[in-house]
Amino acid sequence: MDYLLTEEQKMIRDLAHKIAEEKIRPVAAKYDQSEEYPWDVIKVIAASDLFGLFIPEEYGGLGTNVLNLCLATEEFSRACGGIAVCYAASALGTFPIVLFGNDAQKKKYLPDLAKGKKVAAFAITEPEAGSDASAIKTVGKKEGKHYVLNGLKHFITNGGDAETYVVIAMTDKTKGARGASAFILEKGMPGFTFGKKEEKFGIRASSTRELVFTDCKVPEENLLAREGMGFIVTMKTLDMSRPGVAAQALGIAQGALELAVKYAKERQQFGKSISTFQGIQWMLADMATEVEAARALVYATARMVDAGIKDVAKASAMAKMYASDVAMKVAVDALQIFGGYGYMRDYPIEKYVRDAKITQIYEGTNQIQRNIIALQLIKEMAR
Amino acid sequence: MRACPFDAIRMMDLPRLSSTDDISLKKGRGKAVIDFNKCTLCGACIDPCKFKAILLEKETKEAPTAHLKEYKGIWVFIEQKKGKVQSVSYELLGKARELAGKLSTQVSGVLIGNDLDDQLDELIWHGADNIYLVEAPELANFQDESYANVMIQLVRKYKPEIVLCGATSIGRSLISRVAITVNAGLTADCTGLDIDPQRKILLQTRPAFGGNIMATIISPNYRPQMATVRHKVMPIMPADKSRKGKVIREKFDASVYTSRAKLIEIVDEIETLVNLSEADIIVSGGRGMGGPENFKILEELAHVLGGAVGASRAAVDSGWIPYSHQVGQTGRTVAPKLYIACGISGQIQHLVGMQSSKVILAINKDPDAPIFKVATYGIVGNIFEVIPALTKKFKETLKR
Amino acid sequence: MQIIVCIKQVPETTQVKINPETNTLIREGVESIINPFDMYAIEEAVRLKEKFGGKATVITMGPPQAEAALKEAISMGIDEAILLSDRAFAGSDTWATSYTLSCAIKKISKFDVILCGKQASDGDTAQVGPGIAAHLNLPQVTYVKKIEEVKDAKMRVERLMEEGFEIIEIPLPGLLTVVKEINEPRIPSLKGMMRAKQAKITTWTANDLQANPDYIGLKGSPTQVVKIFTPPPRQGGQIFHGDTQETVEKVAGLLKDVIIG
Repeated sequence: MDYLLTEEQKMIRDLAHKIAEEKIRPVAAKYDQSEEYPWDVIKVIAASDLFGLFIPEEYGGLGTNVLNLCLATEEFSRACGGIAVCYAASALGTFPIVLFGNDAQKKKYLPDLAKGKKVAAFAITEPEAGSDASAIKTVGKKEGKHYVLNGLKHFITNGGDAETYVVIAMTDKTKGARGASAFILEKGMPGFTFGKKEEKFGIRASSTRELVFTDCKVPEENLLAREGMGFIVTMKTLDMSRPGVAAQALGIAQGALELAVKYAKERQQFGKSISTFQGIQWMLADMATEVEAARALVYATARMVDAGIKDVAKASAMAKMYASDVAMKVAVDALQIFGGYGYMRDYPIEKYVRDAKITQIYEGTNQIQRNIIALQLIKEMAR
Repeated sequence: MRACPFDAIRMMDLPRLSSTDDISLKKGRGKAVIDFNKCTLCGACIDPCKFKAILLEKETKEAPTAHLKEYKGIWVFIEQKKGKVQSVSYELLGKARELAGKLSTQVSGVLIGNDLDDQLDELIWHGADNIYLVEAPELANFQDESYANVMIQLVRKYKPEIVLCGATSIGRSLISRVAITVNAGLTADCTGLDIDPQRKILLQTRPAFGGNIMATIISPNYRPQMATVRHKVMPIMPADKSRKGKVIREKFDASVYTSRAKLIEIVDEIETLVNLSEADIIVSGGRGMGGPENFKILEELAHVLGGAVGASRAAVDSGWIPYSHQVGQTGRTVAPKLYIACGISGQIQHLVGMQSSKVILAINKDPDAPIFKVATYGIVGNIFEVIPALTKKFKETLKR
Repeated sequence: MQIIVCIKQVPETTQVKINPETNTLIREGVESIINPFDMYAIEEAVRLKEKFGGKATVITMGPPQAEAALKEAISMGIDEAILLSDRAFAGSDTWATSYTLSCAIKKISKFDVILCGKQASDGDTAQVGPGIAAHLNLPQVTYVKKIEEVKDAKMRVERLMEEGFEIIEIPLPGLLTVVKEINEPRIPSLKGMMRAKQAKITTWTANDLQANPDYIGLKGSPTQVVKIFTPPPRQGGQIFHGDTQETVEKVAGLLKDVIIG
């Protein structure tokens, strides 16, 4: 379908597509096996200027918007969901600074992130605090000109490979939801270490690690916004980045669909191409329609965010939930179309199934997304 | 329309002039229109047009090379490296002899270098009637400028009608520079050379678009007519030791022998990576290989033969070998002197990538495999027995 | 450093397929791309500019659609682009092409080095590079696989030969043709693509070049194509069955001359 993209949007999409086909697809299986961080690919993306898409020009970026970020993420994900998430998660860790940073903080951290010289990560999740983000136990105690952080974050994407971290810690337990604050941390700060690297089912090219804070001294200049703004920073950040996760899922779905159509055309059984069998055709038709519907939701949401519309929570939740559910379904159906070959690691499709699953879980599980949608719906009815 | 390699011809429907027009004017039978943004005036459409409707007019001016008739004789640039004549030159001498017969003229070799007396007899035995020998210490090794200078001086002085040269790194660089300077036409990488019986000019045939089409080229109005020929294309004439020839030693002013670029060092590398497109011998594996580890036996055979390893699409798609080795419609087009197809069935999509190979050896357990229809030699057998046996045999006979 | 790169827009020949039934070229949907070898020349030019400062200019002779190739070069980091376009250039063989390009280079006048790709993937002649050097009477080195050093208006380069390579010192101004081994062409950056989009391409006609009309286009081309044909299909040959050792002996004997010869 034609989404009436502007020249600039098409340029970004085509550039990301070129990188995906020439630099990501050839190495996707390799990084999936080795689980090494794909620095080679990061360097290529950095040289293309795509890390700076949503960073303001005065800090070295291109000052464009979330839709462009989605277009790039979608193209990368078509080739590899794992490598794409390294890019998308860096955006997640950069948005807090873009949205809430003061001039000094922006000047210090954004230029390197815009150039892709460093990548970022966002850290809120803890062993006891997943969907229930307010249950975080990491504390930050003000001592003189520093905050001293103690605690543990886990399941942090880009953890260990990123240089710049935005970490949410409780600074005042008595204030409940208003008691958390957001801090910018740098890799190498004394007291800030990394725990184990997780071995994952999918998106294996990306690194997922524990962050450990042991009397970690963070200078007060690194506090984002004000004390107590932690969850606001989180919510606003996730609002901006949720279309990106949806775009990642969308890209995985699109990639799986393309592989399925190609395979169906080539595979011959009973003397003909299996793409001539109505059963296969109907599967493909459903898959393609679902992907297109997901795309429409994702782009529309991204456009709303870029237009500054305040009430995006429901749309954004719908886009993420639907795109990720579609990704999972389409990937599994695509594997079915590959038949026995689909089950073999020699063939690329099983990786798409493994990569798709996480999109239904992180950045807010689809169950939480449904809560959001339902509550918002009811609230609107009550007016 | 289909004859045009540049997609420049389109059929336009004729407009109906009035409602009473003869309705038997079928749709689609219209006028051909040529898009001059795409047309390169190559003339490929002229013959195929059944209606002789296409006319290519070239402004004929007097031959830019004055006194064409003064140019006589066929020259072959003799390539030497470190004082030894390269085999491509012998191949060209043989071909030149054949062409000279049709023109009733002589064959001369042009040899530039230093201390080359020991090479002269072989050249005469292989077909040279004359050898123009230019020797100087500065000319011992090839340099683009100095060798070009010498050739240009010789051509201007002795006026050959045809100059042939090997399409090697040296040959191609040298002869392009010469052709431009003496205002001559040059055709590269010819696979066929002949003389037009009426016009008595050189017909130069070469592949284009990776060998998928052939073009015949002439340089009727300019002299000398120059062509480069790839090695292993023309056969070597056996040496005839009874042949006699003349050696003409030429000397020029030292300024002719100078080159602004300076050769500092020659570095020989024994283990040069064999590039698929340029390989003379390719050992290729298909679905019949069964798995990536079995490509090892192909590598061994290729190594003994000094060749490269290729693959069919089936092997590449199965992930047994990288795409850079793929030969065929969606891979590379190759034309080596020997292509050994192992466990490859010979689907048309693979054939279009290698059917210009000089000799094809196919090994397959299926006697009905289509590859046997185009192979020069075929072995019906088990590739896992045949290939190691071939490797062993060639190791002995080639002493590798 | 003032660098000039000469490029050509060609059909994507690896995509040029043969219709297996009729043995003719299938040309629908064949894209036009920058001649692959020229990509290496463009990349090397940009690297030289990044290293030594200065300006890189790209020239091509072609129809108006060749602008796309020039813009792609700009997106990779070339500063300026010139299109040589004129009906009078049509039908040029390599002599006329190298003449036309050298007229343009004469018009630019100030340059340190000219870079060309080794050959074009449609014609495969490798003649235009040395042709330009001859027209301009410049020193040349072909098949350059590495520029080792640039110092005192001289370049020290490695030239790829069949059995290894040579080290050659070439004084500037001079001309180099480059091979694939020299570098890895970059993917254009977004900023580069945007710059390419805004870029104004200068177009020069035969008049602008003050080119001698006898030396350009069909008129200026010493060579002419008289025939284009598809090569005849192959016929099958001898097939051997039976004992492996015997067969191998026979075949090895038949192939020996092919291999050594």
